[in-house]
Amino acid sequence: MSLRAFGLALAALAALALLPWLDTGFWLALGIGIAQYAVLATAWALFSGPTGYVSLASAAFFGIGAYAVAVLGEALPWPVVLLVAAALGVAVSLLVGFATLRLSGVYFVVFTFGLAELIRQLVTWFEVNVTRTIGRYVFLDATQAGIYWQLLALFALLLAAGTWIGRSRLGFALRVIGGDEVVARHVGIDTARAKIALFAVSALFMAVTGAVMAPRWTYIDPAIAFNPVISFQVLIMALLGGAHRLLGPLLGVVPLTLLFELLNAHFPNHASILLGAVFMLVVYAVPRGVIGLLPLLRRRAVA
Amino acid sequence: MEAVAGTLLSGVVLGGMYGLVALGLTLQYGIARIMNLAYGEFLVAACFAALWLFTAAGVSPLLGLLLIVPAAFLLNLLVYRIFLAPLVRRAASPAALETDSILATFGLLFVVQGAMLAAFGGAYQNYSVLAVPVPLLGAVVPANRLVALLFAVAIGGALFLWLARTRAGTALRGVAVNPVAAQLVGIDVRRAAALAFAAGGALVAAGGVLVSMFLTFNAAMGVVFTMKALVVVIMGGVGNLLGCLVAGLLLGLAETAVAAWVDPGLTLAATYALFLGVLIARPAGLFGRVAR
Repeated sequence: MSLRAFGLALAALAALALLPWLDTGFWLALGIGIAQYAVLATAWALFSGPTGYVSLASAAFFGIGAYAVAVLGEALPWPVVLLVAAALGVAVSLLVGFATLRLSGVYFVVFTFGLAELIRQLVTWFEVNVTRTIGRYVFLDATQAGIYWQLLALFALLLAAGTWIGRSRLGFALRVIGGDEVVARHVGIDTARAKIALFAVSALFMAVTGAVMAPRWTYIDPAIAFNPVISFQVLIMALLGGAHRLLGPLLGVVPLTLLFELLNAHFPNHASILLGAVFMLVVYAVPRGVIGLLPLLRRRAVA
Repeated sequence: MEAVAGTLLSGVVLGGMYGLVALGLTLQYGIARIMNLAYGEFLVAACFAALWLFTAAGVSPLLGLLLIVPAAFLLNLLVYRIFLAPLVRRAASPAALETDSILATFGLLFVVQGAMLAAFGGAYQNYSVLAVPVPLLGAVVPANRLVALLFAVAIGGALFLWLARTRAGTALRGVAVNPVAAQLVGIDVRRAAALAFAAGGALVAAGGVLVSMFLTFNAAMGVVFTMKALVVVIMGGVGNLLGCLVAGLLLGLAETAVAAWVDPGLTLAATYALFLGVLIARPAGLFGRVAR
């Protein structure tokens, strides 16, 4: 993203920050939903877009952040809790990265596929056997507006990080890896280190998003925090928007958040079937995302 | 001692099931080159089909195999022809097909799972068939587990003979080794891929019916089975049938041991621990020679 586009995006975010003074009910809740998925989907695309490695573990990092708040939220000051959530997300992503990202992409996919379920089972086991409670209450005096502002700030930070990475040597290395990993290795790029570093950045933002969202639930158990639907929605939104551009996922987040709200409200029992069908439609019909269609349109307009 | 023998036997039974289920996945991934993340959902669907035949029509699951396995073969052939063949046609490279198939079957996973949740609800199900205790090697094993293991061995053996001794099976093995070279010697690679995918679907359905005889299952369990099958395939080395069986047995034994002596809540952790070990020590699989 160019610096001018980044400036425009910041101005737009500042304007969006006024929303809580206009409405504190339905629209603010919708704004939180959109902001949450904007951060998650953009963070997903930050890693998976340039490298082409499909991560199915968004729910794992989101859940780690949420659970960190459930355990530590009342014991530590809020900024420290956020730091701990970020550190935990990074630690787990480094572990996954070192185990799989030095090998071919399919190992990474397989590992991330079950990761949320693994961590859910480990947390459940720990809570049953060590703390002897399942489920925790989160009593923090967080307002809806506060959560919304934190998410917007997080998104601004993410855009700044994405812009900086895109212009740095790391971003260039990742684009070469996405183009051809063998070539990347031959021109002297430490491919494993570049991939692991970016995966950790992506995980950090997901974990902090989970932490910021946690006070909304008041009650958290492992099944809520590590809900696989989150991985799924993040993936489909980023794909619909287009994962190879920084602002691409946003184009998928807004329409799909609205669509999923509608589906959950009107077809609660069949939401999963419909979500899956929408997902497959996206994979078949717009493989390069909405943003990938733009050059086509422009070319047609010229011709 | 009795407890140890009992644990070992349960481990072998479970491992045999994992081996059988992973055989189907290795056909789909090794030959059809489709990374099928909805694989476990088809296993759970077969569980429900067996349950439904047993409770509604009184059909024994062993007879049900005759109905469910061919139906699964046809269903998977349709899935391949309708959903996956277009991806194969548009894929520019094997890596692109891998990514596309991962995404498409991830969507399919939610469709199939959602259909099962809508039809059967999220509750745990089981039914009782052949629940007769059989004394064996100083331990007591329910007959349904032994019968399931025998059937798994028979089906796995039949598959092995089919692949090793028949013309169609040899063609499939040729595609597994090198799809481009297979084309050069006159093998219809697309047909072979469709056949392998459907055969994999038939195997996972057989595994599902057998598993349903002795495990409780619910509509959301598919992901865990997919995960375990993937780990077994990678441990055994993609496309390696014998490796698949050995890795399946290993996983079954490890899980049963952890469930019996550590904690039943940590079985998936045991799977991941084995997976991590293989990734670090032998990324090409237990019997693999070259890294991909």
